[in-house]
Amino acid sequence: MKRVQFEHSSIPYLFIAPQIVIIAVFFLWPAGQAVHQSFLLEDAFGLSSQFVWFKNYTDTIGDASWLQAAWFTAVFSALVTFLSLGIALLLAVKANEVIRGARAYRTTLMWAYAIAPPVAGLMGNLMFHPLIGDLYKFLNAIGWDFNHKLDSFDAGFVVVLIAVWKQVSVNFIFFLSGLQGISKAVNEAALMDCKSPTRRFWTITFPLLAPTTFFLMVINITYAFFETFGIIDTTTGGAPGGSTNTLVYKVFQDGFRGADLGGSSAQSVVLMVIVLVLTVIQFRFIERKVHY
Amino acid sequence: MSTVKLNSIKKTYPNGAIAVRGVDMVIENSEFIVFVGPSGCGKSTMLRMIAGLETITDGEIEIDSKVINNISPADRDVAMVFQNYALYPHMTVRGNMAYGLKNRGIPKAEIDKKVIDAAKMLRIEDYLDRQPNQLSGGQRQRVAMGRAIVREPKVFLFDEPLSNLDAKLRVQMRIEIKRLQRRMGVTSIYVTHDQTEAMTLADRLAVINDGRIEQMGAPIELYNNPATLFVASFIGAPQINLIPVQFKNNKLISGDIELSGFKDLPENTELVLGIRPDVITPNKNGQLEIKVDLVEQHGADNLIYGALSGAAKADIDDTEICFKTAQGTLPDIDSVLKLHFDQKTAMIFNKESGERLI
Repeated sequence: MKRVQFEHSSIPYLFIAPQIVIIAVFFLWPAGQAVHQSFLLEDAFGLSSQFVWFKNYTDTIGDASWLQAAWFTAVFSALVTFLSLGIALLLAVKANEVIRGARAYRTTLMWAYAIAPPVAGLMGNLMFHPLIGDLYKFLNAIGWDFNHKLDSFDAGFVVVLIAVWKQVSVNFIFFLSGLQGISKAVNEAALMDCKSPTRRFWTITFPLLAPTTFFLMVINITYAFFETFGIIDTTTGGAPGGSTNTLVYKVFQDGFRGADLGGSSAQSVVLMVIVLVLTVIQFRFIERKVHY
Repeated sequence: MSTVKLNSIKKTYPNGAIAVRGVDMVIENSEFIVFVGPSGCGKSTMLRMIAGLETITDGEIEIDSKVINNISPADRDVAMVFQNYALYPHMTVRGNMAYGLKNRGIPKAEIDKKVIDAAKMLRIEDYLDRQPNQLSGGQRQRVAMGRAIVREPKVFLFDEPLSNLDAKLRVQMRIEIKRLQRRMGVTSIYVTHDQTEAMTLADRLAVINDGRIEQMGAPIELYNNPATLFVASFIGAPQINLIPVQFKNNKLISGDIELSGFKDLPENTELVLGIRPDVITPNKNGQLEIKVDLVEQHGADNLIYGALSGAAKADIDDTEICFKTAQGTLPDIDSVLKLHFDQKTAMIFNKESGERLI
């Protein structure tokens, strides 16, 4: 269908100009810089640099520590997304059924939303502290030889736990409003058509929540990829032995701690491509199954 | 093929609001019952209690002599058509109609057959694979009905199913619902606030006011013989004319108006004289006089409105009189008309209690 084109003035461009400027300054320009840097090899003091083509790329991606970080990121993101969505959905469904004191429940469940990831990380640090951490003591008391400073599984457990805890409240808010957006009459019609609550949930409620779930999945994967930086930085710092390095955290470590700007830039370009591919997959293949 | 019995059912909401104050009713097999009343009178609550969507505070509901108070909505064998259709937006028309059957473990071949049969009956067989959002309001309404029909329930419940349709479609669907119900012979309960729908659909009509049944009976019986002032004013369009009067010396008196020929009425009591608009005719020797202020031309007939001259000003509609005439009668605005009515058709109510006296 051909749209009608009207004569238009340049005023609309003025309206979108601030956004364009922000994108240009904070995304396009740094991204360009990263791409440029990724082809350079710089000396440790930043005094000279030399064009090395794809050496930075081949060096990083072939590197075992990068592959490990990539693997950890994949597992970490999958776990965080799945668990935080699952727990939040369960809580939202239950909170939605509460009649007495509903507001108190909801407010309490939303509290964690106000906490910034680094603060959540610090709190986790205290709870898992080998000397004063209650959770540390508890886990050891129930027979788990828990030490996240030494054991990479335990360290992964800590970051996943904190990341999920922090994210559940955000997902909860969205799921709850999604549930309340489902027409009361549709729920009642389902009540008369289907006796089993479980079956009703999977055949009516869950499909009708699909748009919310899809949106949250995109948000949560982004969260797990990028925003958990603060949590990892304040709890494990990638330790032990880089086993809790996510790709983002490794970019930071190699670039700012290791002063390997070229390698770090190459990693961030690769990361950008990965996110791009993931986004395309999400919108092309999963969104199709979503009914709005 | 079922009877429904309500045994002094009551509904009190947790906040203390009383919606239904003890209703008794017996609905016979294949009867079409309409609950009619103003909004907030408890008619929808009663329907929802029968459906199982509201708990029953007190009393019992029986379907075929079986108490269903504590049976889940899905097991009551009733089907409901909702006001805003309540179709499952993520399912096709076929999916919507089949859903209730699937959950009851009916074999697929049988479901398909039932869905096709119902779709043919409702003339929606071409839309079976569409999503509800691709359908018009009338089509959605049909799908909602189809969803109820395929279940072959003991009782159909309709909760103001036509109020979201435009006027023309509403009349069309009204006729169709009536035909369908006749053909299938399923006991039906229909809630509406539209008195035309109520009059035309019902085998028996229950006028509900403030959680109680004011009167129940055949629609025409309620129109001709309303038991209370409320029923008289609720049933009939245009509304019955109500004139505040007092009875003295065998005369009905309202301001300067005096009507003789009445007897056996209490004196010193506020009374209301009710006259249906269609029993009033213009006549030089008429008992009443109005000053015309509005003429509505409906086509075949005209509705003429005017202020009653000489009446005691009262709170009832400023004693505005409305009557029906043929197309040709077109009095000028502000002209004065004498009106006659047959006093045998007049109704007299006690204003305080609403009780009918004559």
